[in-house]
Amino acid sequence: MAQNGCEHSERVLTMDTMNPNVKRVEYAVRGPIVQRAVQIERELNMGIKKPFTEVIKANIGDCHAMGQKPITFFRQVLALCSYPDLLEDSKFPEDAKSRARRILQACGGGSLGAYSISQGIEMIRQDVARYIERRDGGITCDPDNIYLSTGASDGIVTMLKLLVSGEGVSRTGVMISIPQYPLYSAALADLGAVQISYYLDEDNCWSLDINELRRALQEAKKHCSPQALCIINPGNPTGQVQSRQCIEDVIRFAAAEKLFLMADEVYQDNVYAEGSKFHSFKKVLFEMGPEYSEKVELASFHSTSKCYMGECGFRGGYMEVINLDPEVKFQLTKLVSVRLCPPVPGQALLDVVVNPPQPDEPSYDTFIKERTDTLATLAEKASMTQEILNQVPGIKCNPVQGAMYTFPRIHLPQKAILEAKEKGQAPDMFYCMKLLEEKGICLVPGSGFGQRDGTYHFRMTILPPVEKLKIVLAKIKEFHQHFVEQYS
Amino acid sequence: MKSQSPQIIENQVLAGCLYPALLEDDSLPLDVKQRAESLLRECDGGSIGSYTESGGIAKIKHCVSQFITRRDRGVPSSPDNIFIKSGSQTALMIMLKLLIRSEDSCRTGVLIPVPTYATFTLALEEQGAAIIPYHLCEEEGWTLQVEELHRALQEARKICNPVALYICNPGNPTGHLQGRKSIEEVIRFAAEERLFILADEVSLSQVYQSCVYGDDTEFYSYKKVLSEMDSNISSTVELASFNSVSKGFMGECGFRGGYVELVNLDPAVMKHAHTLFSTRSCPPVVGQIALDLMADPPKPGDPSFSTFSEKRQMEPDMLYCLHLLEETGLHVRPGCEYGQRKDSHHIRLFVGTQEKIMEEALQRLKTFHMRFMKEFS
Repeated sequence: MAQNGCEHSERVLTMDTMNPNVKRVEYAVRGPIVQRAVQIERELNMGIKKPFTEVIKANIGDCHAMGQKPITFFRQVLALCSYPDLLEDSKFPEDAKSRARRILQACGGGSLGAYSISQGIEMIRQDVARYIERRDGGITCDPDNIYLSTGASDGIVTMLKLLVSGEGVSRTGVMISIPQYPLYSAALADLGAVQISYYLDEDNCWSLDINELRRALQEAKKHCSPQALCIINPGNPTGQVQSRQCIEDVIRFAAAEKLFLMADEVYQDNVYAEGSKFHSFKKVLFEMGPEYSEKVELASFHSTSKCYMGECGFRGGYMEVINLDPEVKFQLTKLVSVRLCPPVPGQALLDVVVNPPQPDEPSYDTFIKERTDTLATLAEKASMTQEILNQVPGIKCNPVQGAMYTFPRIHLPQKAILEAKEKGQAPDMFYCMKLLEEKGICLVPGSGFGQRDGTYHFRMTILPPVEKLKIVLAKIKEFHQHFVEQYS
Repeated sequence: MKSQSPQIIENQVLAGCLYPALLEDDSLPLDVKQRAESLLRECDGGSIGSYTESGGIAKIKHCVSQFITRRDRGVPSSPDNIFIKSGSQTALMIMLKLLIRSEDSCRTGVLIPVPTYATFTLALEEQGAAIIPYHLCEEEGWTLQVEELHRALQEARKICNPVALYICNPGNPTGHLQGRKSIEEVIRFAAEERLFILADEVSLSQVYQSCVYGDDTEFYSYKKVLSEMDSNISSTVELASFNSVSKGFMGECGFRGGYVELVNLDPAVMKHAHTLFSTRSCPPVVGQIALDLMADPPKPGDPSFSTFSEKRQMEPDMLYCLHLLEETGLHVRPGCEYGQRKDSHHIRLFVGTQEKIMEEALQRLKTFHMRFMKEFS
């Protein structure tokens, strides 16, 4: 048989016959720089000498990969669910056992291995609804509006599929922030939708400016049919936490312009800065009264991958849909049935996340300590990162108010920009590749997230352990100074 | 030593991976601990909560490629052509995305069997494909007739651009298992008519397992048959073969672990396939672990193997269930998995099934039971 890789002119599937939208799909977070990082790691393992002994991967928001420990209680419950014999083991606390039993009872055949209904196990959706009610000060949540998903990404893509239609000038346009998490741009490219970029205000802590939203929308109306507005709060890659006022303004804007709101809130527990607070879109919407809460269509997304859990590998998540047309909701339920069901272990994990130990339970103290320590460490690292990077001439870092990243602006000498262009590389990609080769640090260039023309950035996670993070920041400082000298 | 079923071993390995404190004492058998430790070593930060490579953990892909090679009696399989996703359906959706040009005025057509399962039809509609039904032959036990494929294709060419042929072997919901000759005919048809084969072989694992354990059912995968045909066919027909942990020996549907193996694809297209398989996040790690255990179950010398080797002699009710599945498409669980008195045998049926389907199921069971009893007396 031919290897995949041999030229053959008679193939059915060629670059010409392939779905052309696929060519437009890119995903910087796992793109060429990461591939090169993996290659370098292999070279190091083979004993090839480099100016560093390990590659530090500060490119992806993966907490456990960087040494953050899972929450003990969550893992105990999951172990009990997967091997129920352990329910007889006295090493496990009673509160973990009672949750495991309850989850297993809600699963088909009493096992995490059975299919669940496509929308997600009903008991778990009810628990999620109660969590949302507690979080939002009592505002009612209907479990039937909750759709469990394979990470938040799955829910986001599903909603975009529902939203995208039309052709030519009536093709759906979707507003997304610049910079943004590239899942959105990739999904829009994939679906053949029109991307409507609105710029976040770097000079004002990456805040959202309604005037900019208006500008982007007016421009877009000339060539597409704007249907939706996506917002990530707390922000990725920027780390800004939107003020309540800003969220109200966005809701008013969406109502006036008849836009479907998509609120990506996966970092909702990751808020660090003094004076910053997470306000859920749903809560604000309902507090604005029936004029808005009965009209504005909203989908909000959450997952088990971030916050203090960091359980990316479980692919647990949910979305809540508000004010959806009932017939559209029916289609949504049909659409999610195509992928059968979200992974049940992820559903189980979500259930424990929304049902953590209570003050009167044996696991409470340990749980609170682990959660507090994890979030406090992240806050410490956020503050340290912005402080150290701002000491470097030519690097300007906005406050890391929340999420898990910093997105500093880097000033590149003209010579470097030219050399990059000659190589056919975005200047910040050129910079990041050199940083990788010379210092073994893997970041993602700002061009992967979007930025104003003529500006350059990189995204770095704040996840490496404190001591390692200090080393990373010191190396970036050294590298930047050397780079600037080299190219001046 | 306490008898352990393969299900228990899998549960233990998972528990060890989920809660590594269990690996520090005698809660679990030694080989289970070693297996869990070796899997955790493949995870960043030693945690199954970390993202993995988007196409799946390299070591597990390697294990799957070796499983495929053994399954196909030596036909080479490379991990580079394997992508692990959250269930075979997800992998199938991604392949459809590559194939279907939803914005063309002439729609991309995909040949699909009738009957087929509803969610697949939905998936095709969602992607904007033209569905080209070909009817399986009920009178002959739901076989695939090449004449019918020809008929469907000729009709379809008037209204769309057919590019792919979807096969489900064994059939879902029919349970029909294609023989070697039938597979060859289909491959020849695809070669002549220039069609990309999408081979859903998710239920094939059960048949394979029964062969491994001494049944004399001949086992053929599409890739195996393709590899043994003339080189002008074996090196040109493009094939994507799908499998998962959902059917197989353990049936862990809820874990969402599945993979696709790509054969004879254009190199430039492979690059884009790779990107598409990487854009979404990785498949759930628990599903990947289940896949690893399916592809590489406990071996001789392992303490847990003593039970597995007992299974080689096959519990009678397990044998009954495997035959029942192959011959009628009826899936029930054997009593040995639940515990029963020595020398008694049981099967478990889910009675929450709709009445009409239950009637059909019981009818099939009745017919099968009489035949089975006759055959084995």
